[in-house]
Amino acid sequence: MAYLQKSPWIIHYDASSCNGCDIEILACLTPMYDVERFGIINTGNPKHADIFVVTGSVNEQNKYVIRNIYDQMPDPKVVVAIGICATSGGIFRECYNVAGGIDTIIPVDVYVPGCAARPESIIDGIVKALGVLEAKKAAMATGAPAKVPASAVAAEKQPAGGT
Amino acid sequence: MISLAWAAAFILLAPAIGGLIAGIDRKVTAHMQGRVGPSIFQPFYDVGKLFEKEGAMVNETQRFYVLSYFVFAVFAGAIFFAGGNLLLVIFGLTLAEIFLVLGAYSANSPYSHVGAERELIQIMAYEPMLLLTAVGMYVVTRSFDAIDIAGFPTLLVLLLPGVFLGFVYILTIKLRKSPFDISTSHHAHQEIVKGVTTEFSGPNLGFIEVAHWYEVVLMLAFVFLFFAANWILGIIAIIIVYLLELAIDNTNARVKWQLAVKSSWTIALVLGALNIAVLYLIGRA
Repeated sequence: MAYLQKSPWIIHYDASSCNGCDIEILACLTPMYDVERFGIINTGNPKHADIFVVTGSVNEQNKYVIRNIYDQMPDPKVVVAIGICATSGGIFRECYNVAGGIDTIIPVDVYVPGCAARPESIIDGIVKALGVLEAKKAAMATGAPAKVPASAVAAEKQPAGGT
Repeated sequence: MISLAWAAAFILLAPAIGGLIAGIDRKVTAHMQGRVGPSIFQPFYDVGKLFEKEGAMVNETQRFYVLSYFVFAVFAGAIFFAGGNLLLVIFGLTLAEIFLVLGAYSANSPYSHVGAERELIQIMAYEPMLLLTAVGMYVVTRSFDAIDIAGFPTLLVLLLPGVFLGFVYILTIKLRKSPFDISTSHHAHQEIVKGVTTEFSGPNLGFIEVAHWYEVVLMLAFVFLFFAANWILGIIAIIIVYLLELAIDNTNARVKWQLAVKSSWTIALVLGALNIAVLYLIGRA
């Protein structure tokens, strides 16, 4: 049964966002957009979450936090990068303290560009993520490797000398 | 005499009824906030999803505690519906809660520990009134057995109005509603992450959710006992009490634990104990 699609619980982390995208994510919870009608709940706990929603670019201080949250989430799980900073680093890409988009630290499944991303496109991105979630669930059932440790991905992508 | 058929009906039907109540709860809450809200079957989707997830555990004993919480919540309810002793029901329920607290303590997380401590405070807050409810019913009917209390010819609420009001007060704690949703809450995004359930995930959390549905049905059955002489009135009372709890939940902010304990004990002492004392004075006991 596809209960996963009917009850996606999200955890939202603000990497180094300007709060523009965060406000748009909160707007999704208001009576205007009311994402709870799809069963979407904004839980504050990674251990209860299915979808990891990240806004803002990754900086040198919070990449461990992002990895930690990702590793605490039980499988199957997906990551949605909201806003252009989360997808590629945006205008902060070249900053000395910015590591880049979220995919430099953990595997990202859905990218939602925009500055700021509109609530409609955020909801659209989450709905796309549900398909990925279902595919991962099916892969888990066939015995495919359930978990890609975030640290492994990060190690691949990191420039030499970085931790 | 105890009735095993009622106990079996409770074990089989309570999750369905409790889940539906939770679904209607979320729908009504959403409408109160001007939202559309999820389907009334959403709690079943949520639990179904939790059982589809990876069974990640902090430690092996956690599963034992969760299953014990589940088993004793079902046990307490089954005793009640079989017409058994109310004191045994209350002790069974307390034991179930203690297992949940132990499960939360078994994880090495400060959030989980804060949630466990707050859960203990909640147990401390509602337990006196819950016991006074059983005592009040005994004083009137001369029996602790649910089957004798249910078969009592007059409406218990007429003789125990104070005890009934006290029970409705602590029902807010048992249903995990504001202003007393101190240890954990139905509503997402709490200041202490997710309180007592923080360290549970996947199937373990699913079991906790279903055990909570059993508890909700049991607590509403206590409400019914006050009106058992007229079962239509009993069902109307359950609906009104639950809607009242929802209205309170949506119009109140959470209080500090000190106020929760003080007010529940004051209510238990004033309304509960005074009601029973008056019964002795007028010679109905």
